[in-house]
Amino acid sequence: MLLGVAGSVLCASTLWTVPATPQEPAPSDSGQGVSGVLRLDEEPVDGARIEVETPEGNPVDTTTSAGDGAWSVPLVTPGAYVVRLDEATLPDGVVLADSTKGSLTVEVRPGQDRVIIFQLADESGPTTSEEGFDWRRLVSLSVDGVRLGIVLGVMAMGLSLIFGVTRLINFAHGELVTFGAIAAWVFNAGAFRFPLFLAGIVGLLLSAALGWGLERGLFRPLRRRRTSTVALIVVTIGLSEFLRSFYQLTFGPLPEPYRDYALQREIDLGPLTVTPKSLGIICIGAVAIVLVAFLLQRTRLGTAMRAVADNKDLAASSGIDVQRVILHVWILGAVLAGLGGILLGVTQKVEFDMGFKALLLIFAAVVVGGLGTAYGPVLGALLLGVVIQVSTIWFDTEFKFVFALLALILMLVFRPQGILGRRERVG
Amino acid sequence: MSTDVLAAVAAEPGVPKPNPILVVDDVRRTFGGLVAVDVRHLEVERGTITSLIGPNGAGKTTLFNCLTGFDRPQAGYWAFDGHRLEGRFAYQIPRYGLVRTFQLTKALDRLTVMENMLLASRGNRGERLLGALLRPSWRHTEDAARQRAERLLETFELTRMGHDLAGTLSGGQRKLLEMARALMTEPAAILLDEPMAGVNPRLRQTLCEHIEGLRDGGLTVFLIEHDMDVVMGISDWVVCMAEGNVISEGPPAVVRADPAVVDAYLGSHDGLAPVDERESHEDETS
Amino acid sequence: MDVLNVFLDAIRVAIGPQAAVFALAGVGLNLQFGYAGLLNFGQVAFMLAGAYGASMTVDAGGPLWLGILVGMAAALVVAMLFGLPALRLRADYLAIVTISVGEIIRLLVRSSTLEPVTNGVFGYRDFAAWFYAINPIPAGRYGVGNLAFPARTLWLIVVAWTLVLLASLLVLGLMRSPWGRVVRGIREDEDAVRSLGKNVFMYKLQALALGGLMGALAGSLRAIDSQAVRPDFFLTITTFMIYAAVILGGAGTIIGPTIGAMALWFVISFSEGLLRLGIESGVIEFLDPEDVAAIRFMIVGLALILLVVFRPQGLAGKPEAGLLDEH
Ligand SMILES: Nc1ncnc2c1ncn2[C@@H]1O[C@H](COP(=O)(O)OP(=O)(O)OP(=O)(O)O)[C@@H](O)[C@H]1O
Ligand SMILES: [Mg+2]
Repeated sequence: MLLGVAGSVLCASTLWTVPATPQEPAPSDSGQGVSGVLRLDEEPVDGARIEVETPEGNPVDTTTSAGDGAWSVPLVTPGAYVVRLDEATLPDGVVLADSTKGSLTVEVRPGQDRVIIFQLADESGPTTSEEGFDWRRLVSLSVDGVRLGIVLGVMAMGLSLIFGVTRLINFAHGELVTFGAIAAWVFNAGAFRFPLFLAGIVGLLLSAALGWGLERGLFRPLRRRRTSTVALIVVTIGLSEFLRSFYQLTFGPLPEPYRDYALQREIDLGPLTVTPKSLGIICIGAVAIVLVAFLLQRTRLGTAMRAVADNKDLAASSGIDVQRVILHVWILGAVLAGLGGILLGVTQKVEFDMGFKALLLIFAAVVVGGLGTAYGPVLGALLLGVVIQVSTIWFDTEFKFVFALLALILMLVFRPQGILGRRERVG
Repeated sequence: MSTDVLAAVAAEPGVPKPNPILVVDDVRRTFGGLVAVDVRHLEVERGTITSLIGPNGAGKTTLFNCLTGFDRPQAGYWAFDGHRLEGRFAYQIPRYGLVRTFQLTKALDRLTVMENMLLASRGNRGERLLGALLRPSWRHTEDAARQRAERLLETFELTRMGHDLAGTLSGGQRKLLEMARALMTEPAAILLDEPMAGVNPRLRQTLCEHIEGLRDGGLTVFLIEHDMDVVMGISDWVVCMAEGNVISEGPPAVVRADPAVVDAYLGSHDGLAPVDERESHEDETS
Repeated sequence: MDVLNVFLDAIRVAIGPQAAVFALAGVGLNLQFGYAGLLNFGQVAFMLAGAYGASMTVDAGGPLWLGILVGMAAALVVAMLFGLPALRLRADYLAIVTISVGEIIRLLVRSSTLEPVTNGVFGYRDFAAWFYAINPIPAGRYGVGNLAFPARTLWLIVVAWTLVLLASLLVLGLMRSPWGRVVRGIREDEDAVRSLGKNVFMYKLQALALGGLMGALAGSLRAIDSQAVRPDFFLTITTFMIYAAVILGGAGTIIGPTIGAMALWFVISFSEGLLRLGIESGVIEFLDPEDVAAIRFMIVGLALILLVVFRPQGLAGKPEAGLLDEH
């Protein structure tokens, strides 16, 4: 269920439960399945219902945990499944430790008996604050929100920069995101086995090449022919469909992790607990944003980019090579998208449609912050990320994306140019 | 003719006119820190040709945009023919008899010339969704509009092109079409934004005659123009803007000699008659 | 022989209910996109409204015909959701809003929170008995060989294509009226039309809603055809397939969506049939049968790009009037 929800996928920090000691695959003649034991502090939990369905939402089977807390569901075919613990069927006083993790998506290989762990907690449990409000949770969700915001911000900045100089909304931006993630995966866990850092750099280089190729091979020729914006948008839609299906065909329909980044111990920073992974993502994303800001404000190329975004004709008449600037912005935009994809791939896993699912949130961030501005989208993404994550304290995780949309629509109604944008001119 | 009316009017910014059709007060439009328009008081005399000049970026187009609802000034009010128009939507303005054209010609390319004209007709019953399928209900207004369109096309020598797609017209013809189309709305005043830009000299002459013809027919014409020969030739009154302000107004010869005007143009490194061929602005408009 | 069967199969699909559903949704999209220039990327949400309107009404004990009307009413609500925030703004904002709102409607329908209302991911089934009960065509198979339909499918085909015809005639009538002239003018340059005193926003909203009603009707048909409705039938890709159909046939032409839907489904099922044939007979070794679906969408994506680049006027459009071409 949650798989379909872009917001949820982006946000849940370790949606993918990786068993600490993976059970050896059962003999293949017994087929495959998912199983587990529900326990709370070593006490078995019985009578809880567990539902298994396909990622598309087709129900497969349901079962109930036995007296020793054990449950298992055999599966006819291997593949991706969503396993959901029905929280309402847990005994009184027992709840999910993290209510966002009552529904897990797992990939079951042929012959594998996949062990699923649902972390349970006492309802009265870890809430330490006086009014019963869980401050630790608020803090940790805020950190999650910042991380999500940074990752989205990097992607959204790319989209907005490209829009700024070309006046084109690239609906294939999500596929540029996926491209970076997959390229890095190929070099980290696929055909090659580089450390992720190196593989990420290779992924960014390839992203740059893709940005270059799209502008030189597709969009520049189309602009030359004075193709209308509407037609160009349709082209980006076609490109998005094409690339996404191409990834599905070549990368495969199942999510894959990067090597070495599956499980991590949290570190304590006073009231904060963060995984080094989260911290790393936030730092890398922030550094990238600062670097782009530096590029825009302090270099000749950046000045030219801003000039073209501001007024193309004026820029051209003052001697700026507009076409070259556009090419550079496409490269920069693709690299930012690719970086966002890699960071997102570290957060969750790499998947052929991860960028497409993120696109909606990218759009929301860009509109909230200001389409065509460089920093607005980062601001919008951070706001959105924190609001989305913190809202899960009060609202079902399923509704996270509704807030993104609400923000988008309210912004369009009351301030369509976004927080940092300005109005278009007529005539 | 109407020059006589203005003969007694002093040549100073914001001066009242005997019978103004358009009165503008304290209109101010800023973009971030940039003050694009800051017009204290301006009146346009009924039945005259009034030209609005000023160096590039003076705020002329922005003023037109504000007056016709295409832009929202931060402050100010204005009245046309006794009706207050601030806060009105752009589509409501023509109902009061005020219509405009654009600096970058906006012909509707994949409609025929005749369709361009008919589209501008007022009160066409067939333009309502519910009536659209009942041809008899709108045939009458449509026929009347067609006759009016044919007369106008003839005046502007576009009759031959009636069935061509507007996109196939030359730049000058598109300017003519845009003007003729604006007139289909049966306006009392027309605001023309650089009607001569991109038009060849021979056609300029014709256009000037058309504009004078409109005035002689009782229409008020308020136009932005960079070509000083044109301005000097046809204007009854000239208003000059610089950096958002009206810095001078008066009869053509007076304004031309006004040191403030000369300064404004010199200050803008712009010469007095800038050749302004900017038909390739395609990205500016949405 | 097998290739012949694949060919006949493809013809069958091209005149079958699926193609008719696409054609009807395409006539609506063509009104919005081809004539009014609105980038509606949420046509599938209108279809969802139509399908759920029908199935939920029947589930609640109402008659199917009422359900279809309910679906159309729901489509009007969707049109407001799309139009009110976005129609006053640049064209691209409508694209963003429609694609986002459309997807979120689907996610809400399938969410477990709303499951008591919408049946969540399970949706509804077997609600169209009434439609097949009033089938006047005697039972039996009609046609020859692979190119034959059972009576109930034939009934649906007749109804669906009749609706396509009626919708096309409606659009034709509108486009020949002054209303259509204003709408086409808006496609060319909405500021110009606004400066001539037309309430552009209202016209756009009307075009959006009218096209949406056709989309809703198509959605109801889709539901009746499969006798099942699930949120995941209404993925964004469907909208883009309808785009491909409209542009392939010729956006801004009356017949375009119909030709385009038939041609698109023919191409899709013919190429898929050939691929399957190749895979089964071992000629094509590098593909699995499951990959065929991905290839379908690759074809759709590629078709959109190539059409805009090489033949923007589509099959039916006149070259000089190519909608997507700008000189
Ligand atoms: N939407 C906008 N955003 C930011 N600045 C704008 C906008 N519209 C106009 N301006 C600025 O306002 C000033 C006035 O512009 P305007 O187009 O009104 O000048 P103009 O007198 O018509 O000049 P020209 O003779 O070149 O047409 C210019 O500096 C212009 O850059
Ligand atoms: Mg101007």
